[in-house]
Amino acid sequence: MKINVKVNGKQRSFDVEPNTLLLNLIRDNMMLTGAKYGCGVGECGACTVLLDGESVLACMILAVDVNGRSVETVEGLGEYDSLSPIQEAYLEEGAVQCGFCTPGFIMSTKALLSERPQPTETEIREYLKGNLCRCTGYVNIVRAVQSAAAKMKGPG
Amino acid sequence: MSINTHNSHIVRAFKYHEPTSVAEAVKLLDEHGLEAAILAGGTDLVPKMKQAIIKPGHVVNLKHIPELAGVKEEAEQIRIGALTRLRDMERSIIVTEKLPLLHEAITAIGSVQIRNMATVGGNLCNASPAADSAQALITLDAKANIAGPSGERSIEIESFFTGPGRTVLGRGELLASLAIPYPEVGSRGAFIKLGRMSLDLATVSIAVNAKMKKETVEGIRVVMGAVAPTPLRLRNVEQALMKKKLTVDAIEEAGRLVSESIKPITDIRGTAEYRRFASKGLTMEALTRILEDSRRNK
Repeated sequence: MKINVKVNGKQRSFDVEPNTLLLNLIRDNMMLTGAKYGCGVGECGACTVLLDGESVLACMILAVDVNGRSVETVEGLGEYDSLSPIQEAYLEEGAVQCGFCTPGFIMSTKALLSERPQPTETEIREYLKGNLCRCTGYVNIVRAVQSAAAKMKGPG
Repeated sequence: MSINTHNSHIVRAFKYHEPTSVAEAVKLLDEHGLEAAILAGGTDLVPKMKQAIIKPGHVVNLKHIPELAGVKEEAEQIRIGALTRLRDMERSIIVTEKLPLLHEAITAIGSVQIRNMATVGGNLCNASPAADSAQALITLDAKANIAGPSGERSIEIESFFTGPGRTVLGRGELLASLAIPYPEVGSRGAFIKLGRMSLDLATVSIAVNAKMKKETVEGIRVVMGAVAPTPLRLRNVEQALMKKKLTVDAIEEAGRLVSESIKPITDIRGTAEYRRFASKGLTMEALTRILEDSRRNK
């Protein structure tokens, strides 16, 4: 089936089988390997991407189901030498260790901050509970989200 | 190449259908019968297909049928389309203001990502004895509207479930919408769920909706989750509480009665003994919340 998808701002079209998962399309066809295949059943959040601006799990979505929609992955956020405020904050706060969960966390953070630009710690922990990190213990991740919120608000 | 059938990122091939009307969807479901699976949010279907727990030859995506989604106020009831995503219900002012108990139950489901995908109809049609929305909807006397080859029918949501993973839906039928009567003035609800962590399915959960006159129960629904093959409405407990003042003793007695009335099993999430013990505490907590709420808002 032919599908048209906007990927990180660029309109693209793909020919996919009905049983192709969105995550396979993103990783194998688009060669965007930020989003990861983790648990496969909706518990870990490593495959989190934004679909029309909302966080979803790419490993549980059929590629045919995103026809005509807009997908954003971590690769759409910033370049190597011009990171987004969220990516900067994750680095500065030491919120990244092995890094496997990080693209998912960053996309969830982006969705959170677009809904709620100045979240409390409770709101951050609640919103990010669908993303698991087995390295950091979450403290630095929460700090990174707070720091990103402050950066995006700007001085004053 | 070896395929890990327990959790593969390769799904078995199937024919994909995208009907744009209920009639067209019903026709497809009727034609393909047991070979067909309905795709709504996909949060249960897709993992089951990946694990080859189900192997449908046809997948019928209902997301392109606009009339199946949305929350609206009608004269006698609030209507919620079965394809309404949990996140849209969570954000709906109608659900937030008019059905706070349902709102509480919906926001207890999964994570933001899951609620951005999953639909209320999917939560019901999977018929998990632990489905959070089911309990709240039973306490609210909701009706399920079912579309099928011989037209539409409407049944009490309580009788929609026939066992774990099983519903009354027959060949060619789909859950179209829910009709929820406006709760009476003075209705107060409580929903409490116990799990190892909040993302999990409930180990045991309770929904109570009560109409209170001061501290006396004028009408009540008590529904437990994950303690029987289907969400379990406890009519004996409701009757025992009718016209009773919610004293400390009455609340404890109700807790004891709930614990005796359920039929829990031991599974991966908890033992039968734990569920019996916890259900007493949950009941007492829920009734206490309702009592405190009615004291605050006389």
